[in-house]
Amino acid sequence: MRSRFILFKKVKLIKLAALVIVTGAVALGASIISAVSASQAHAQEQAGEEESDIYWEYSGSASLDLRVFPDSALHSGQRDQHLNPSIVFEPEFLVEWNDGDDRIDFKPFLRLDAQDDERRHGDIRELKYQHIGDSWDLKVGADKVFWGVTESRHLVDIINQTDGVEDVDGEDKLGQPMVNLGIQNSWGDINLFAMPYFRERTFPGRKGRLRSALPVDTDNAEYESDLEEFHPDFALRYSTVLGDWDLGLAHFYGTSREPRFVVKPDGNGQPRLIPFYDIINQSSIDVQATFDEWLWKGEGIYRRGQGDDFIAFSGGVEYTFFGIIGDAGDLGLLAEYHYDGRDQDEAPGAVLDDDIFVGARITLNDVEDTDFLAGVIVDRLSHARSFSIEADRRLNDRWTIEAELRITDGLTEKELQYDVRRDDHLQVRLSYYF
Amino acid sequence: MSKKLLSTVFSLSLVAFTSGTVLSSAALADEAADIAKGTEIAEEWDRRDWGFGDTESYMEMQLENRHGDKSIREMRQKTLEVPGHDVGDKSLTIFDKPRDVKGTAFLSFAKIFDPDDQWMYLPAVKRVKRISSKNKSGPFLGSEFAYEDLSAQELKKYTYKWLRDEPCGELQCAVVEQTPTYENSGYTKMITWYDLSEYRQQKIDYYDRKGKLLKTLVSSDFKQHLDKYWRPYNMYMENHQTGKKTRLVFSKIEFQKGLKDSELTKNTLKRVR
Repeated sequence: MRSRFILFKKVKLIKLAALVIVTGAVALGASIISAVSASQAHAQEQAGEEESDIYWEYSGSASLDLRVFPDSALHSGQRDQHLNPSIVFEPEFLVEWNDGDDRIDFKPFLRLDAQDDERRHGDIRELKYQHIGDSWDLKVGADKVFWGVTESRHLVDIINQTDGVEDVDGEDKLGQPMVNLGIQNSWGDINLFAMPYFRERTFPGRKGRLRSALPVDTDNAEYESDLEEFHPDFALRYSTVLGDWDLGLAHFYGTSREPRFVVKPDGNGQPRLIPFYDIINQSSIDVQATFDEWLWKGEGIYRRGQGDDFIAFSGGVEYTFFGIIGDAGDLGLLAEYHYDGRDQDEAPGAVLDDDIFVGARITLNDVEDTDFLAGVIVDRLSHARSFSIEADRRLNDRWTIEAELRITDGLTEKELQYDVRRDDHLQVRLSYYF
Repeated sequence: MSKKLLSTVFSLSLVAFTSGTVLSSAALADEAADIAKGTEIAEEWDRRDWGFGDTESYMEMQLENRHGDKSIREMRQKTLEVPGHDVGDKSLTIFDKPRDVKGTAFLSFAKIFDPDDQWMYLPAVKRVKRISSKNKSGPFLGSEFAYEDLSAQELKKYTYKWLRDEPCGELQCAVVEQTPTYENSGYTKMITWYDLSEYRQQKIDYYDRKGKLLKTLVSSDFKQHLDKYWRPYNMYMENHQTGKKTRLVFSKIEFQKGLKDSELTKNTLKRVR
């Protein structure tokens, strides 16, 4: 009972503190060096130059989340409440100087969840120093990086760890400590990443919904590398635009963001899932061709290090009928196919291994920016289906409202999502921006 | 020169063909003269803006529906002049308000006849998306301005015909009919009032695809920069069919800040703020 009054578990607190200290120290160190060298350069300049201004800004959002689960909880230990309220706080601080060529961004994140103490968590989404040079830029600290083009799966996106307690779509990410050098050329852009510290994936706790039958013990993760989360990871990306084509090529070497699971008993002899993180090599390609109303998208990966080498790809189209709803609203139709050739016993499980996604997007282009996105993913073999409907709208200059409905149907015991078959839910989020 | 002649001949034959009447040679000559005169006025308007280099503008958009409810958007725009008549300018628009779209950025490489290249940056997911630019006639941020009203105004995007000269406020204006030459425009024609003292676009009437009057744009508070380039600090667009209005007010426009081509790329979109 006592643990209910403790905001975060001790281990998590220590890791979070370590992350803040490491990224903070690195970012601060780098920015001091830059500030000193800049002021020296400034001092050497001829008199009459105006002082470089320091600009700062504070903004962010606070949200009230409400998840509604119509069905009762399935697994022992889960809180059997149909309503799951939580609060999210996400402020953002920015300081810049040298006309914006040097800046520090700080974006902490906090969720207070009434029921699941794993979902009750904090993170440093961003804490970075950035310098923008002439045709190059350097970033030191924690940040988020997105790669890819497809909508229903983000196959090539690998830099950041998924914040798995946030949502089931995998689009919420933990801040990744890194040094990132970007070089811009006329023939394309190169980005080099060195990542000194690995972030473990978050999973719902014993009391939470949307979890596996056996809870995941995130405090005892295991690693292929003896350096564990301090294994240095590296990535290289080349991207370019060739007329109507946007192309990205990348290679990643390091700790797999997706864990495998090992079943082990805890101190009381109860079985639990231990995440195991392999060292992998992954090469990837992502392409988008934009031809008028048609967007053609494709992503592919080749991965080594988890059982047999395997490939996976996602590809599809998006076609938009502009201005056909009312006077101004657009209707977009999407279709994507996902293939994954991994050995599901030796590699982390993949839900989308032979699946088709079809969806529709409605953008009303109104003052309130009203959007809808509805889709279904169907497994080609089992015909298991996952439906999702998302809608969002601005209420006024400071408030927005979002709703997400997620329903699964026809899941068999073979499906990875079988354990969440009773976790269909509606999520409503009311956000205030400041 | 021969290109211009050819296009004039072509427009003439088109006029003759579509009107379905046999025009007298005198009428034909008048028509040709009006086209030449309209084109000259537009060329003068275009020429007076050559060499502006780059600009950085700070603006507020005030949207008003027919009930008088207002909402505000704030944004900044960096524009880079790309010299030559066959390519358009590059522009980067960054949104500051409403706060839920703060940091969203929009990069556009204007073309004359081909669709523009456009990318959108979504800060919440840190994603840069290449988007279709077919949507020229769509509303910009729910306002009465369409994308095509705000994208780079290039000489060759229209054909021109002089209609008449008439007083416009304290000034004397040339009234010119402009027809979009690019695909997917929401307009069949625009009637533009150019003042004859500085060749500024004082007013534009937009006609929809059915040929009905759709919107009127009135520009005011013109200021001259670098002793040469005029910019309106107030643009008021009224939709006659819906009763909605949008006022675009500029608080600051700076010229020749040394914006580089390498600062307006898909990859640098990720670091704007």
